Amino acid sequence: MSPIMLELLVRSLWETLVMTAASGLISLVFGLPIGLALVATARGGIAENLAVNRALGAVINGFRSVPFIILLVALIPVTRVIVGTSIGTWAAIVPLAIAATPYYARIAEVSLREVERGLIEAVRAMGGNRWTIIREVLIPEAMPGIVAGFTVTLVTLIGASAMAGAIGAGGLGDLAIRYGYQRFETAVMIAVVAVLIVLVCGIQWLGDRLVARLDHRN
Amino acid sequence: MNRHVSWTPAETTADSGDVIRLADVRRRFGETAALDGVSLGVRRGEILGIIGRSGAGKSTLIRCLNGLERPDGGSIEIEGREITGLGEAALQPLRRRIGMIFQHFNLLSAKTVEENVALPLKIEGWPKAKRLARAAELLELVGLSDKARAYPSALSGGQKQRVGIARALAASPALLLSDEATSALDPETTRSILALLKDINSKLGLTILLITHEMEVVRNIADRVAVIDAGRIVEQGPVWQVFATPKAETTKSLLSGIRPQLPAHIAQTLLSEGPGDVVLSIDIAGPAATGPLFQDLSKAFPGGYRLIHGGVDHIQKQPVGRFFIALPAASTAGLVSFVERLGAQVEVLGHVADHA
Ligand SMILES: Nc1ncnc2c1ncn2[C@@H]1O[C@H](COP(=O)(O)OP(=O)(O)OP(=O)(O)O)[C@@H](O)[C@H]1O
Ligand SMILES: [Mg+2]
Repeated sequence: MSPIMLELLVRSLWETLVMTAASGLISLVFGLPIGLALVATARGGIAENLAVNRALGAVINGFRSVPFIILLVALIPVTRVIVGTSIGTWAAIVPLAIAATPYYARIAEVSLREVERGLIEAVRAMGGNRWTIIREVLIPEAMPGIVAGFTVTLVTLIGASAMAGAIGAGGLGDLAIRYGYQRFETAVMIAVVAVLIVLVCGIQWLGDRLVARLDHRN
Repeated sequence: MNRHVSWTPAETTADSGDVIRLADVRRRFGETAALDGVSLGVRRGEILGIIGRSGAGKSTLIRCLNGLERPDGGSIEIEGREITGLGEAALQPLRRRIGMIFQHFNLLSAKTVEENVALPLKIEGWPKAKRLARAAELLELVGLSDKARAYPSALSGGQKQRVGIARALAASPALLLSDEATSALDPETTRSILALLKDINSKLGLTILLITHEMEVVRNIADRVAVIDAGRIVEQGPVWQVFATPKAETTKSLLSGIRPQLPAHIAQTLLSEGPGDVVLSIDIAGPAATGPLFQDLSKAFPGGYRLIHGGVDHIQKQPVGRFFIALPAASTAGLVSFVERLGAQVEVLGHVADHA
């Protein structure tokens, strides 16, 4: 592989990392509270409100049912307002984050829902309020699942960011399509796949290790 | 174990002796009346055992006391204050004065033992150093100082319950609620947990409400017992009295495993009439049971009687005796009036089949 290709590879890797990290972080920051809201407003939750719960669920399902490639295009006006441009790596972060947030909210919801009711009850019996329950019980007890779910989201985002090439976002996926697929440069294709494998394995490994450290159940 | 635990149970208002007063408390779940008009008082400093079969309404009852469950009707006074109308926010300060221990411990897995014990104090807003110092004090009380930094998953069931007790006591509550605290533990661990509770009760004067379905637990540590069945209190009184002379069917059947029973092979062959010897049970307890019963009997009935089964138990330092004897039918009436004069209860059970 030529030095130019190598440079291209490094730049694409960086673009993928930026897109994944930024949209992953945004989905964490917004998805976790949404997941909490889903669990809290559900039947028997700490702030039961079935109307809010159903409305929130419907919005999430709506976003989740739109194929990403369509979301990518449909969100162009929104992206232009937020980032100032509708093309490039930073522009791709908007649709990626908007797709990943409801996805992560659902994953967080599942982990939070699995927290034993008895633990919530114990803290209520101590005189704790809702915030105490969220801070001392729900989040810490669900932490292994919250982290494991974040790992899954990041890996999914790496895959999704490949499509962001469609709006000129660059990244490894884009490189693979333009050089490896359209120009038959097999070496580039192989290199990209190898880098992606290492990236995915690395993230998964880090995530698993973190989960193992956080998990004190049994 | 160290016993020097500081204890400043919060101020108590006009002390009528009852920490808890329930009047006609009702709670339905759909068709089932979990509580069907419960009236009950719990006295300051006592251990009250509440016993009943599965589904009798025990958990519902105890959960009403700290507002985890809301009754449909009736009144619940804690330290003279009506709590049934209180909202969640008003219940929170009240709950801080009531400790609760659970059958399944309910320790937070993501927190260390000391963090678990210190959590009620964190909720009360204590600074970190102070609450950890208090947690250390309580862990010493329950004999788990060496586990302060461990996570609950590394503890045995009995150790977890000790942590649960330490946590329930952290905020110096005026009242401790225990819902089947020993049901998940083996007999030996159960004994040590009960001994700990008894100890806390006598050293710290803490009122304890203890729910169980095991008579053994009540027998070991309670001062008074209330029997609940189908959402109603069917019997209550000092433990030794209820054990000596149970009145309700539920009580008798709950007691059957722990009091002497007529051996099955004899019970099965008893006849309602006949020439055979009469079999009867004698229940004698308290001061009445301190006299030389059998010596008196032998003197009064030289015709003889046979002791079939029975013995004397000691509950709350009171002798509680239950005997099954057989004697010739002719002597029966005399013996019954004789022992009843001593303050015993006699029940004629039948006649033995073969005239031995
Ligand atoms: N949340 C609930 N929803 C519906 N029914 C309930 C609920 N809680 C309790 N019940 C019913 O109320 C009755 C009393 O239940 P409760 O849990 O108080 O019994 P318990 O005496 O504690 O029994 P156990 O010894 O099995 O714990 C039972 O018939 C139970 O099915
Ligand atoms: Mg129960």
